[in-house]
Amino acid sequence: MRYLRQFLWIIGFTLAGEALHAALPLPIPAAVWGLVLLFLALESGLLPVGAVADCGQFLLGLMPLLFIAPAVGLVDIWPMLAPVWPAVLGIIVLSTVVVFAVAGKVTQALLGRGGKEGRDD
Amino acid sequence: MTDFFSSSTLFAIALTFCAFELGRLCQQKLRLPIFNPILIAAVLTAVVLAAAGIPNELYQRHCEAFSWLLTPATVCLAIPLHAQFRRLRHDLPAILAGVAAGTLASLGCVWGPAALCRLDAVLTLSLLPKSITTAMGIAVSEAAGGAPALTTAAIILTGILGSAFGPQLCRLLRLRHPAAQGAAFGTAAHVIGTSKAAELSQTAEAVSSLALVVAGVLTAVLCPVLF
Repeated sequence: MRYLRQFLWIIGFTLAGEALHAALPLPIPAAVWGLVLLFLALESGLLPVGAVADCGQFLLGLMPLLFIAPAVGLVDIWPMLAPVWPAVLGIIVLSTVVVFAVAGKVTQALLGRGGKEGRDD
Repeated sequence: MTDFFSSSTLFAIALTFCAFELGRLCQQKLRLPIFNPILIAAVLTAVVLAAAGIPNELYQRHCEAFSWLLTPATVCLAIPLHAQFRRLRHDLPAILAGVAAGTLASLGCVWGPAALCRLDAVLTLSLLPKSITTAMGIAVSEAAGGAPALTTAAIILTGILGSAFGPQLCRLLRLRHPAAQGAAFGTAAHVIGTSKAAELSQTAEAVSSLALVVAGVLTAVLCPVLF
């Protein structure tokens, strides 16, 4: 019963996200709207975290499994990829490494400065 | 026999789940980054489907029985984010700047080489949202005129790469601050990277979920404006 009600809350926020996505002419997906709404509800204290925590943890743990079917689906689009796959793979590897480095390094550099200012206070 | 297996939704689900458990076991035994559970599971599943003569189309249709859970699961990322937000508040400007820089780098690193290799426009548009989570990436790709199946593949591959080699990259780049590690995982490798960041620390997990949300929204807004 506990899980049932928690799941209902999560579905409710997801549904609200889908409604916002359908109603607003913005390129923001339903999952993002739902996430933002749930985050605001939790931060404002309107919804106690205990009302969604266990079921949420379960769904988060399930997530990697949900990527397997789309990965298997790669078999179907292979004909489109076959002539260009080295370039596509190269772009994916290169950009993943570069993005990882840029995001991490920029954050770390700015945090270092923030840390010093914090100590001066 | 093949009829039973190809018509059973539960068989498809059991196959997927078993393949994932085997993948996890492989990773625990052979601590090599390329043995990513999702990658192993996908290969195992594809092999079993081919051996049993089950068309991929049918398998995909069976998997829809649980694949809709991806949207509510993505919504649930708000929970670790909320749990850690108080501690993150102070570091928020640095994290946001890092994620924004990473997102611009992502779009540039796809668009530049794609133009150099003279890739087809549909292909390029499909690759642009490769660093954001599937639920968001598919929406961006569709809106821009890309091929969602290719976007999904690129997103999964990016996630697997980021989660497999992220810990090594952190060491190589001397990313020691948990928040910087989280920003890198979330911006580069979305949800799959976030589940890897969760193994490093709670802070890394929370920053990674924040990063994947911000990177997703930025990409969704920038893609139609820039391309």
